[in-house]
Amino acid sequence: MQDLLKGLISIEPGNIIMYIFGGLLIYLAIAKEYEPMLLLPIGFGAIMANIPLVVESKGIEPLHRLYEMGIKTELFPLLIFVAVGAMIDFGPLLKNPKMLLFGGAAQFGIFFTMAAATLLGFSLKESAAIGIIGAADGPTSIYVAERFAANLLGPISVAAYSYMSLVPIIQPPVIRALTTEEERKIRMPYSEHSVSKKVKIIFPIAVTMIAGLIAPASISLVGFLMFGNLVRECGVTERLSKSAQNELANLVTLLLGITIGSTMSAEKFLNLQTLAIIAMGLVAFIFDTAGGVLFAKFLNLFSTNKINPMVGAAGISAFPMSARVIQKEAQKADPGNFILMQAVSANVAGQIGSIIAGGLILALVK
Amino acid sequence: MNMVNFYESLRVMGMGMAGIFVVIGVFYALIVILGKIFPENAHK
Repeated sequence: MQDLLKGLISIEPGNIIMYIFGGLLIYLAIAKEYEPMLLLPIGFGAIMANIPLVVESKGIEPLHRLYEMGIKTELFPLLIFVAVGAMIDFGPLLKNPKMLLFGGAAQFGIFFTMAAATLLGFSLKESAAIGIIGAADGPTSIYVAERFAANLLGPISVAAYSYMSLVPIIQPPVIRALTTEEERKIRMPYSEHSVSKKVKIIFPIAVTMIAGLIAPASISLVGFLMFGNLVRECGVTERLSKSAQNELANLVTLLLGITIGSTMSAEKFLNLQTLAIIAMGLVAFIFDTAGGVLFAKFLNLFSTNKINPMVGAAGISAFPMSARVIQKEAQKADPGNFILMQAVSANVAGQIGSIIAGGLILALVK
Repeated sequence: MNMVNFYESLRVMGMGMAGIFVVIGVFYALIVILGKIFPENAHK
């Protein structure tokens, strides 16, 4: 009888808090549909990781092996990039390449947060891993965190995916604080023209080569994303493209989530560092948004064709949610304003900007 | 508080943001050049 109760007796307050936290993630995933594909397996993994006797022995062996094989080797985030690449249509960006600028400006939050994290006592590498939450791009956050601060992988992943799902709540107040109603009403003409298939095929190959040659540390991030995109655009590998978008994405997401959850044992997760990381993640998203908006306003000082500054905020990588948020805000200011395509272009640019930022951080932080 | 890390992070911020815009500038040029080499007709 005592053997049967051994597990129950061994439960500590930290375990109970983690059950509640795991349950909260599962609730948010199911009831609120906040990134359910990731938060649900992470929540469940967190509950599993806090079964006391399992933690006291070797951990959950299959999940430990998945961690060793999929996250420590960086394989899972890179495979997710293949899937993401196969899902992205770079067409809107290729039609409107000026929007690339916002994909760059809206990465400011990464670096600002990194600097702020150093003031909270984190090491430079830990600060970089925390700052990259602002990439608004889960796989990039996991990839950099695993390299620079594997001990912080759990809270960084939770913060990254949680705030991505909270973009509709985070961005509007920041945008409204930094823009006037007149600015939000600015209309932007959109010229619809198609892009040559050859351009769509050459683009991912050329981007991989250029990024690899300029910032070799980014080659995995950029290369896997662009490989997925080439599979999509080449037109002769439809089955592979569909597999990458569906089976590969689903399978790896499933394993990635539960594996990350399994790293969140109470003794590793319940500390002030985790709270600081969650707070810093919010700072990163706010300053990303601010960076994009303020950069658009800066460009407007020199431009006759004014840009709606809200489009700058879509330069974060949370695709396509951010573009939708911007369009909604534009229509609140002027119901006839339609800037969705420009926002989508900036949002796609954010995907590129975030992986460049990730690659540069890997190269610059020693 | 480790000010050495903070100053180093400012250096990374400067280099990082500059690096992003340099790479993006190259990508912009790439897209423009590809568009010129392989043009498509405008519809509107």
